Amino acid sequence: MTVFIIRRLMQSILVILVMTVLVFAGVYAIGNPVEILISQDATEAERAAAIARLGLDRSLPEQYLAFLGNLVRGDLGTSFVFGEPALQLVLQRFPATMELAICAMILAIFMGVPLGLYAGLKPESIAGRTIMTGSIFGFSLPNFWQGLMLIMLFAVILQWLPAGGRGERGEFLGIESSFFSWDGISHLILPAINLALFKTSLVIRLTRASVRETINLDYVKFARAKGLRPRRVIGLHVLKNIMIPLVTIIGLEFGSVIAFAVVTETVFAWPGMGKLIIDSIFQLDRPVIVAYLIVIVCLFITINLIVDILYAILDPRVRLSDQKA
Amino acid sequence: MWKSLSAATLAAGMVLGTVAHAEDITIAVASEVTAMDPHYHNTGNNNQIVGLIYDRLLHQDSNQQLGPGLAVEWGPIADDVWEFQLREGVTFHDGSAFTAEDVVFSYERVPNVPNSPSSFATYTAGIAEIIVVDDHTIQFRTNGPYPLLPIDLSTIQIISSENPEATTEEFNAGPASIGTGPYRFVSYTPGESIVLEANPDYWGGAPQFDTVTYRPISSDAARVAALLAGDVDVISGVPTSDIETLEGNEDIVLSQGVSNRVIYLHIDSRRVYSPFVTDNDGNQIFNPFQDVRVRRAISMAIDRETIVEEVMEGIAIPAGQVLPEGFFGVSDNIEVPEYDPEGARELLAEAGYPDGFRLTIHGPNDRYINDEQIAQAIAQMLTRVGIQTEVETMPRSVYFGRATGDENGSEFSLMLVGWGSGTGEASSPLRALLHTRDDDTGLGRTNRGRYSSAAFDATLQLALNTVDDDLRQELLARATEIAMREIGLIPTHFQVNTWATRAGLRYLPRTDEYTRPTNVVIE
Repeated sequence: MTVFIIRRLMQSILVILVMTVLVFAGVYAIGNPVEILISQDATEAERAAAIARLGLDRSLPEQYLAFLGNLVRGDLGTSFVFGEPALQLVLQRFPATMELAICAMILAIFMGVPLGLYAGLKPESIAGRTIMTGSIFGFSLPNFWQGLMLIMLFAVILQWLPAGGRGERGEFLGIESSFFSWDGISHLILPAINLALFKTSLVIRLTRASVRETINLDYVKFARAKGLRPRRVIGLHVLKNIMIPLVTIIGLEFGSVIAFAVVTETVFAWPGMGKLIIDSIFQLDRPVIVAYLIVIVCLFITINLIVDILYAILDPRVRLSDQKA
Repeated sequence: MWKSLSAATLAAGMVLGTVAHAEDITIAVASEVTAMDPHYHNTGNNNQIVGLIYDRLLHQDSNQQLGPGLAVEWGPIADDVWEFQLREGVTFHDGSAFTAEDVVFSYERVPNVPNSPSSFATYTAGIAEIIVVDDHTIQFRTNGPYPLLPIDLSTIQIISSENPEATTEEFNAGPASIGTGPYRFVSYTPGESIVLEANPDYWGGAPQFDTVTYRPISSDAARVAALLAGDVDVISGVPTSDIETLEGNEDIVLSQGVSNRVIYLHIDSRRVYSPFVTDNDGNQIFNPFQDVRVRRAISMAIDRETIVEEVMEGIAIPAGQVLPEGFFGVSDNIEVPEYDPEGARELLAEAGYPDGFRLTIHGPNDRYINDEQIAQAIAQMLTRVGIQTEVETMPRSVYFGRATGDENGSEFSLMLVGWGSGTGEASSPLRALLHTRDDDTGLGRTNRGRYSSAAFDATLQLALNTVDDDLRQELLARATEIAMREIGLIPTHFQVNTWATRAGLRYLPRTDEYTRPTNVVIE
């Protein structure tokens, strides 16, 4: 297990290095952020001064080496736009995105698994068919449009929920979060649903397919023949076995919900990392883009690690140290 | 030429329709501020908000006309010395008194803000020396005649000298955000909100709203939805496509006002070869835009009325020069060029292009109202007179760098751009866009087409050194006439901005495009 984790960490460092090279070269190729940042009235001398201040007068390899030097000391650079440490900017917005992602994943799991299970056990029933048709909608509706429709219906027409933004934070056990105040929760509901719909559909379809596959296997038939109650057959034998693909997907999807909540965060003006990264890309704020991607890569690596460890717990046949990664 | 205004006119001008109302207001704007430090980044987004916490020596009103701010009287006492009388009895939000020391401190801080992506140093660069005569009298010695000094000083916020080491972080966190303005800093949560509260001791009278909350909502549709849902009271940047629906909604009040922003085409008119011009078979040809007849033909081929009516849905004003009428330095003798495709074809034939040529027009697709559609419309109009025109648009992060290009000029041949006159008068676009490019003086820095005319340069230079207002206005108008006659650039329209408020409120439009609670009227 230790060997496995160490090898994973080495790979991760390599991934981060390759990623930073790509981002550096990519942003460099797009253009010069000073053109967007600087006031239209500025003189040529001021423009040159701004370029020098941001370190953009040096060659690309020089800039990259300087970045690596700082990285070793844990400094990811200072935002071109905000003038604050890039990592701090990203982490400042991390809690907002996490709230949204956790809420969306919980919704997806608690709606998706039971519905998928039902559709898998009773595939020919009207309810089962309806669930499957509904999941196609969840897949195919464009996120942006779907978000606006939710706002139109629940915020503009019914006026039940706010149209966007993050609400007040409550405090509980020293942790500040939207979960602990009604205003905070009311602001969370719509964006979380918007983010969850696609994932719910995915979980439904995956659960259904796994259930259909498992239900005909010998050990399930045997359990039934033994006279076990259906509740125990499904709850223990079926559910535990379909958990392996589900955990993989949920793990990966959790990462992608955090990293790519961009559309939802934009539509609902949610002050998370997704909105920061989009603004930073528009303004070519390279330090923030790099810091964000490093955070996301680390996050994916951690999630994958947890998923692998969960495998071992769920499936006794898996031994992590044996895997050639 | 001393200016002075009675206290009554002043109060009326500053705080519009002050009513004793205890109200809160939430304003949604399209872009986030980058810092609460008033000297950190010179952008309209930041200025519209920090300008509520701080005052300037002189204030620009809704039409960018200068009026007294922290200075009550001002004027030149010699060709290169200006004297300002400061307002007495003004206190900062922390209770300390405002004196000339604060002005000196603010101007000295401006060029030295660490990490500033775009400083205000342009506006203090012309000051050679600041002389404090007494606590409420200050003189500026300038490098030569400097008629724009009052305007330039109206862009710089005056901060307190009590905290000389204040960093940008301390302004963002709050402790350093201490001004003399109508609202006080309460909180700044990046990406989420900025909250301000009324300063009851404001020298211009207590403001009408108790608290003001700014929220950045970048998506147009989401901003409109937030207003419809009642989450916010005022929004800026209403998309033209939503205006018709909102007009029919009696819970919403729309207000529109022309901005100081002209949308225009820059034409690559100096180089021998232009990168995106070829003959009809795709072979390189000499740059046809060197010939003023070809430039004029392009201007004549553009149907400005159609652009305004169809593309902008009526929400714009056709343009024949760089600022709309009513602004300082605008010429009364310039008409909006008439749409004349026949005449354009004849001019092209006369210039030696009876069969036209091939061209690509470039434009941004996320910067100005309907920018991409405008570029497409123009391309169709040019194709109709025989210039086979293709369109290429790109995000602003890529576009502006390429449009500016390097010392060899722009990467483009014909490009769609806009210019908002921060000074509210004609010298801003004239010196940046049309003067021969000169890196030493900064003149013509944004002259992407490299238009160059000795007559124009001389007239503008004369204007820039003329302190007398009437004469300067006349000279600026003359300079504009020269550049428009020689088609130094092709203006298409002036942008009109639209604000929407909930019923019961009305927004008084500003030409500088700012969205401020001081322009909201309670009805």
